[in-house]
Amino acid sequence: MDERNVHRGDQGGSASGPGSPVGIPVLEVSGLTKRFPGVLANDHISLKLHKGEVLGLLGENGAGKSTLMNMIYGLYQPDEGEIRVNGKPVTIHGPNDAISRGIGMVHQHFQLVPVLSVTDNVMLGTESMRGRIFLNRGAARKRILDIAAQYGLEVDPDALVQDLPVGVQQRVEIIKALYRRADILILDEPTAVLTPQEAEGLFGIMRTLIDRGTSIIFISHKLKEVLEICDRVQVLRLGKVVGEADPKTSTEHSLAELMVGRDVVLQVEKSPAHPKDHVLDVNSLVVTDDRGLTAVKSLNLQVRAGEILGIAGVQGNGQTELVEAITGLRKPVSGKVLIDGKDVTGKPPRDITEAGTGHVPEDRQKNGMVMSFAVRDNMVLQTYYELPFSKSILRDEKAIDANAEHLVKQYDVRTPGIYTPIGKLSGGNQQKVIVAREFSRPLRLLIAAQPTRGLDVGSIEYIHKQIIAMRDQGAAVLLVSAELDEILSLSDTVAVMYAGNIIATLPIDKADRNTVGLLMAGVVPDHAREFATPMTKEVSHG
Amino acid sequence: MAVAAPTINEAAPAGRKRIKITRTLVFSILFVAFGVWLILGAINTLTPETSTLLTFGAGTPDLPVPTQIITLISGIYYAAAGVICLIMAQQRLRTILLLIGGVLLIPVIIIIAAADASTNVTTLLSVSLRLSTPIVLGAMAGIWCERSGVSNIAIEGMMLTGACNGFVVFTILSPNLATGEAQLVGVIISILSGGLMSLLLAWLSITYKTNQIVAGTVINIMAVGITSFIRREVLFSSEAGRGTLAPWPIPVLSDMPVVGEIFFSGRPIFYMMFVLVIVTHVMLYFTRWGLRTRAVGENPRAADTLGVNVIRNRWINVFIGGMIAGLAGAWFSLETTGSFDDNMTSGRGFIALAAMIFGKWTPFGAFAGGILFGFSDAMGQRFQFLGVPIPPQFLQMVPYVITIIVLAGLVGRAQAPKADGVPYDKEGK
Ligand SMILES: Nc1ncnc2c1ncn2[C@@H]1O[C@H](COP(=O)(O)OP(=O)(O)OP(=O)(O)O)[C@@H](O)[C@H]1O
Ligand SMILES: [Mg+2]
Repeated sequence: MDERNVHRGDQGGSASGPGSPVGIPVLEVSGLTKRFPGVLANDHISLKLHKGEVLGLLGENGAGKSTLMNMIYGLYQPDEGEIRVNGKPVTIHGPNDAISRGIGMVHQHFQLVPVLSVTDNVMLGTESMRGRIFLNRGAARKRILDIAAQYGLEVDPDALVQDLPVGVQQRVEIIKALYRRADILILDEPTAVLTPQEAEGLFGIMRTLIDRGTSIIFISHKLKEVLEICDRVQVLRLGKVVGEADPKTSTEHSLAELMVGRDVVLQVEKSPAHPKDHVLDVNSLVVTDDRGLTAVKSLNLQVRAGEILGIAGVQGNGQTELVEAITGLRKPVSGKVLIDGKDVTGKPPRDITEAGTGHVPEDRQKNGMVMSFAVRDNMVLQTYYELPFSKSILRDEKAIDANAEHLVKQYDVRTPGIYTPIGKLSGGNQQKVIVAREFSRPLRLLIAAQPTRGLDVGSIEYIHKQIIAMRDQGAAVLLVSAELDEILSLSDTVAVMYAGNIIATLPIDKADRNTVGLLMAGVVPDHAREFATPMTKEVSHG
Repeated sequence: MAVAAPTINEAAPAGRKRIKITRTLVFSILFVAFGVWLILGAINTLTPETSTLLTFGAGTPDLPVPTQIITLISGIYYAAAGVICLIMAQQRLRTILLLIGGVLLIPVIIIIAAADASTNVTTLLSVSLRLSTPIVLGAMAGIWCERSGVSNIAIEGMMLTGACNGFVVFTILSPNLATGEAQLVGVIISILSGGLMSLLLAWLSITYKTNQIVAGTVINIMAVGITSFIRREVLFSSEAGRGTLAPWPIPVLSDMPVVGEIFFSGRPIFYMMFVLVIVTHVMLYFTRWGLRTRAVGENPRAADTLGVNVIRNRWINVFIGGMIAGLAGAWFSLETTGSFDDNMTSGRGFIALAAMIFGKWTPFGAFAGGILFGFSDAMGQRFQFLGVPIPPQFLQMVPYVITIIVLAGLVGRAQAPKADGVPYDKEGK
C-alpha cells in the first residue's frame, strides 16, 4: 500500500487537474494486441488515461473492451504491445502485479465466491491478519463497515454472497475495489445490474475518488451514463480504436452512431396493441426467497395475447422470485399460475416451456446457458429432444448446425463459430444467443427478465424490435426490467412492483416517468389512485 | 445427448423440492417398517429372561440390560416416529426424530447382537476409534486436495505407497538403528512417499489438466503394482511380524475409567488423527491459507482476479494432502501390523472419500463419518465372536444404513466445492 502512495507522490507535482489531458498519463497502452483462436480481439490498441479523469470506453458487444481491460489487469497476456504505468513500461504477469501497481478492477461478470461471506470475499487476497497465519475478520469487517458508511454502500458483512440479490453483489464488487485503494480503477459495466438510483450512487463514489486523485476507466452500454460521468470517451469497434468523443459536445445519438457505425434508432416505433384473450393468469401467488422470507405476497397478474406488460420496480421487490415461480424454477408456497387456462403451478420448467413459454432469465450465466457447451448446443437447450433436432434417440447434428448458423446470422452474434463454447463469447453476445434461442420457438408467452442487460445500443434496438414483433404475432409478453426507459418504451401496460406486490397497473399513456418513479418508491400519487391495486387502496386509505 | 444435462440442471431448484417430499415419505415408511420388525422380533424370538450384559472394562460396574424390553421400546419408538413424520409437517420435529433414530440404532444393535451374552462396550468403542484412524486421516487428505479444487481418488494409492515404503525403509534400517529411530524414519518416509505420489497427481491434473479421475486411477493402479513388486524384491526374505510403533499412554488421563482406554491409550498415529482434524479445521476457517484454498476450490477465477496464485495453491494443498495420506499408510504397516502385505489398505482410501463426502468436506463432519465407518469395522469383527443369529453381513450393513439415513435424511444434498475436479485455465473465460 505504501508503495502505491509513493507512486502517487511521483505524480503529485504534475500540473494535471481533473480532466485536463496534460502531464504523464498514469496509464498508457500502445499497440496492444490480443488474439484468441479465430478472433483478433484487440488490434493494436492505444489509449491514455490521465490523472483524475474518467475515461469512457464504448463499443459494441465483442468489440474487445473487456479483453483490453483484462490485459491491463494481468488476467490475459498481450501478444504484442506495451503498457506503461506512470510513464514506466511494465509487464503485468498477473493480477498481483496489477494490484501492487495500484490498478483495481470491477469485472463485468461477478468475481465472487458465493459460499463465502461478504467479509471473506472482500478481504480475499489482501487479508487482514492477526500474526502471520491467522485471519483478523474483525478488523476486515470494521474496514468494510467504514467503507460502506463512507460511500453509502449498505451491505451486511456477515451475509453469504450467495444470499444477496445481484444489485447488492455488485455493491460488494465495488467495495472490493475500494478496499484495495486503487489509483487506477477499471469499472467494466458496473451499472449493468444497478437501478438508476444505485447508478447515481456509484457516480457519487466515482466523483469522490476522482477528487482524491484516482483515475477511472468506465465501460458502459448506457450512453446517458457515459455522457454524464466521463471526461473523455474512446470508441472501439472490432478490436480497433475507431474514434474519440467529447461528452460535452456529444449526444447519445452521435455516440451510438460512432459505436455501431450506422444510424441507430434509440426509441423503437410501435403500433397500438390489440390484446386478445388471457394467456398468463397469476392468482394470489405467494413465493418465498432463498432465505425463506416471503418475497411475493399474494400477487395477481394477467397478461393478454398481443400485449406487453412491463413490470417496473426497484430490484429486490420480488421480481426475481415472481419470474422464477412462473417459469417453474421456484415452487410457489400457494396461489396459481395458469397458462392458456392450464394450471402449471409448480410444474417442472420443461412442462412450462412446452406450454409455449419462452424465458430470458435475469442471470444469464446461471439459468440461461451451459458455459462449456458450444453455441450451437446452447441454442437447442429446450428443443434438442424434439424434431427436427432429434430423430428417435439420436440428435440430428446437421439440423442443429443449420439452426445455429441461421440464428447467429439473424441475431448478429459475434462468435468465431458455432462450435465455440458460449463461455468464450463476450457478455453481450452470450445474451444474444439466449435471446435468439428463446425467440426462435413459437411462443404463447414470453417472459423477458432484463432482456437487454449488457447489450450495446445496436443490439438493444434489434431485440426491442423482436419483442414487439413477438407481440404482434400474438404472444403475451411479460417484461421485467430495471430500466425504466425500456419499460416505458416497450410496454402497453405498466405494472409497478413494490414490496412483493403489484401496487398499481397503468395503461402506457398514463405512465409517465414521474408517476412510475413514485410508485416504485411505494407512494401512490393521487392522480394514479384509480390504477392502484385494490388492496393497496385500502392500505393507503386506512 | 450430452445436452440432456442442462435441462436437468435448470430444473434443479424445483426438482430438489420434489425429492424432499419423497425423502420424508421414504424414511417415515422405513422407520415404521423397522419399528414393526423390531417389535415382532422382540415378541417372537426373545423371552423376558433374555438379557444382555454390557461391560465397560476394569474398575467399572457391569450393566445388565433386559433385551426384550429394550427392543420393544425402541421398536415402538421407530414405529411412532415414522407415523409422526408421516402425519406432521413440521420440519424441525422430523429432523429431531430422525436424528434420535439414527443415534439410537447403534446401542440397539449392540444390545440385540449380544443377547444372552456379554459385550465390552469400552473395548468396542476404543477399537472403533482405532480402526477409524486411516479413514479419518484419508478423509483429511481428501479435504486438503478437494477444498482447493483437485479431486483426489488416489488416496488409496498414496496410502498404499506410504505403507510400503515406510515399512521397507524401516526393515532396511532396523539392523543398524534402534527400533524407535528406525520407525521414526519409516514414518517420515511414508509421509514423503504419499507426498511424492501426490506430486504426480498435481503434475498430471493441475499442470497438464488431465482428467483427474483418470489421473487418480492411474496412480491407484500404479501403487498396487509398484508396492507388490517392492514387497517381493525387498521384503520377501526378511522376517515378518516386526514390532509396531509403541503405545503412548498419556500419563494420568489414560488411567481414567472408560475414557482413558478409548482416547488416551493409543499409539502415535492415532493421536495424529485428532491433531490433524483440528489443524485442518483451523487451517480452513481461520487462516489466510484456508480462505484462499476455499476460494480457489469454489471459484478459482475470482481468486485469481484478487492476486491469489491458483496453480501454486493447488500444488501445495495436493502435496500436503498426499503427505497426510502417506501417514495414514504408515498406520497400516508401522503402527498396526508390523508387516506389509499386498494391497493391505483394502479400500480404506475409498471409504475415506465416502467419509469426506459424508462430512460435506468439513473436517469435523469427515471425522464423524470416519468414526462411523471405523465402528462398522469394529462391529463386523465383534459379531463374529458373538455368533449372532442374524447373518453378520446384515449387521455389518447397519453403519451404512445409518449413513444413508443421516446423509439423505439429515445432512441433505452434499455440496462439493464448485470447482472440484475442474482444471484452471487462465485465459479460458
Ligand atoms: N477467453 C477467450 N477465449 C476466446 N475468445 C475470447 C475470450 N475472451 C474474449 N474472446 C473474444 O474476444 C472478443 C472480444 O470480447 P470482449 O469480451 O473483450 O468484448 P466486449 O467488448 O467486452 O463485449 P461486451 O460488451 O459484450 O462485454 C469476442 O469476440 C470474444 O468472443
Ligand atoms: Mg465486456
